[in-house]
Amino acid sequence: MIFQRDTWQEIFETIGRNKLRSFLAAFSVAWGIFILVILSAAGNGLQHGAQSQFANDAANSIWIDGGHTSRIYKGFKPNREIILNNRDYFAIRKELPLLDFGSGIVNGWGTKEISYKKERAGVIVRPVFPEHINLEKAFLLQGRFINQLDIEQYAKVCCIGIPIANTFFKKENPIGKYLDIERTKYKVVGVFDDHGNNDNYRTYIPVTTAQKAWNLKTNLNTIWVSTGTASLKESQEMTTHIKKKLAEIHHFDENDPDAVGIYNNNEEYVRVLNLLSGIQIFVTIMGMFTLFAGIVGVSNIMMIIVKERTKEIGIRKALGAGPLSLVGQIVLESIFLTGCAGYCGLISGVGIIEAIKSYGIDSDYFKNPDVNIGMAIFSTALLVVSGLVAGLVPGLRAAKIHPVEALRND
Amino acid sequence: MLGIKFISSFFILIRLQQIVKSYNLGKQQFPVLKGIDLEISEGEIVSIMGSSGSGKTTLLNVLGLLDNYDQGSYFLDGMLMKNLSQTQSARLRNKMIGFVFQSFNLLSFKNAMENVALPLYYQKVSRSVRNKVALDYLDRVGLKDWANHMPGELSGGQKQRVAIARALISKPRVIFADEPTGALDSQTSLEVIGLLKEINRNGITVIIVTHEDDISKMTSRIIRLKDGKVVVPDVFPQVIND
Repeated sequence: MIFQRDTWQEIFETIGRNKLRSFLAAFSVAWGIFILVILSAAGNGLQHGAQSQFANDAANSIWIDGGHTSRIYKGFKPNREIILNNRDYFAIRKELPLLDFGSGIVNGWGTKEISYKKERAGVIVRPVFPEHINLEKAFLLQGRFINQLDIEQYAKVCCIGIPIANTFFKKENPIGKYLDIERTKYKVVGVFDDHGNNDNYRTYIPVTTAQKAWNLKTNLNTIWVSTGTASLKESQEMTTHIKKKLAEIHHFDENDPDAVGIYNNNEEYVRVLNLLSGIQIFVTIMGMFTLFAGIVGVSNIMMIIVKERTKEIGIRKALGAGPLSLVGQIVLESIFLTGCAGYCGLISGVGIIEAIKSYGIDSDYFKNPDVNIGMAIFSTALLVVSGLVAGLVPGLRAAKIHPVEALRND
Repeated sequence: MLGIKFISSFFILIRLQQIVKSYNLGKQQFPVLKGIDLEISEGEIVSIMGSSGSGKTTLLNVLGLLDNYDQGSYFLDGMLMKNLSQTQSARLRNKMIGFVFQSFNLLSFKNAMENVALPLYYQKVSRSVRNKVALDYLDRVGLKDWANHMPGELSGGQKQRVAIARALISKPRVIFADEPTGALDSQTSLEVIGLLKEINRNGITVIIVTHEDDISKMTSRIIRLKDGKVVVPDVFPQVIND
């Protein structure tokens, strides 16, 4: 029946006879698919944006801060301050060889005044270990980063972000020049680029140098390590392991929730990804509802068409049209209508998305909004099914029309 | 040859036994046919008469398998027509029955030829073949030159002739005509009845529902309905006049 020229001729005739109505029905479906595509692409854009946000810093990392004990342990009173230090850092690195990279930071959050010749500016100066650059996922443009020798020798060197280099040195080569950080000269050994998150407005110096210069013993505020390719579960085990080790060194109850603060970014990362897939699903469902409204529209219009064609259907029945032929005709008509319309919606949705992409609206939180093949196939299948659904009720209604009553209404 | 005709004229094509049919209006039931007994032989031309509300249209619908009945039995060509599925009755309508309506009931968006060809569409005859056959039938009713005209461009008499051609195309055993001349002037009416009589002469049973005496007089037998019943033994027409 589907492949008969006659069937299609009948369908084109009826669609052609109700041009405006057919157009309106088709438009509502096209609109539904269009919105579905746009929303889904927007969801993809958000997801890609968030992924690239995490890509800026190591998403697979663990932060460890000092704290105050809240439990009595082996004769120690509670509320004892636990201060992290270099020894903890090395102990953790030694204890967990699977850790990818690690660093420790002390007094690295405030702005400090730095100057070169007559230029001066307030910049974040962050004392760190050599692997810090890997954790930041920054890359070197010139020279080198802080190295192991700098750490051992308390070297007065620094590695600066590209905007700082441009501000102070203009066209000069910054390498080998001396920056004045709080009245101490630091030799510039490298320039890095770490775009996103404003991480470029920073100067990194060796952590040991800062500890000595600012009289901080070997204290660290934060230890930062990355877990490599470890799974979420493995990273959680690592977290427990780290806490156990620190408890051993600093003599606190390893179940004390306040002695040290440990933040597993893996958990955060998974949570955000879950949130985003949640948004994606929500957005897709919204789109589906819009499409559903379109389907109801088509169904409604098919219903009116059936109602209006009651007499015609009555005549056809009197002349020997079986119920199957009538249902088939209405359903095919509906599938054809929704199919064509939906395809137009799909094409224009993808077109708009591509136009937006080529125009370039990428920001930190929105990147690369694309429509994947799966979505296109899904929409096509959805169209056929929705055409079927939209046509079925009116089709059955048509089949139920009683020829006597149909022919009576003149 | 003669023998065959003789036998066929006595073959009972339609037999109704105590047909009862009521319509539901809300919770109330309105009986329309109250026990109809009727026999029509193959090759007859019969008219059904009665005042409005006598049940003649309902009877025609039952006979034409357009409507079902509540009690009794209806044999068409020796087969009991009861509890038919929609598909079954559609097939029987298509193969055995032709309809001619008062309001012609042509599809306005199809031309004369396509209208005539429509029953063959439901027999899955290909378009070119059925259009050819339709032209042939249009020729028989004298409208070959009007094949490509839309119904709106035809006169009432022409429309009814197209409808008759459509009723004939599937070579039915019986043609039901519901007030076929109701919308036509007397001259055209005569032409249409003449056409139906000619069809009848070719062996097709014709049953005409009408309220016009002029029309019914041209048939071989008159069945009169009153209050859902056949009133008088139709073999004695003179009794009716008293």
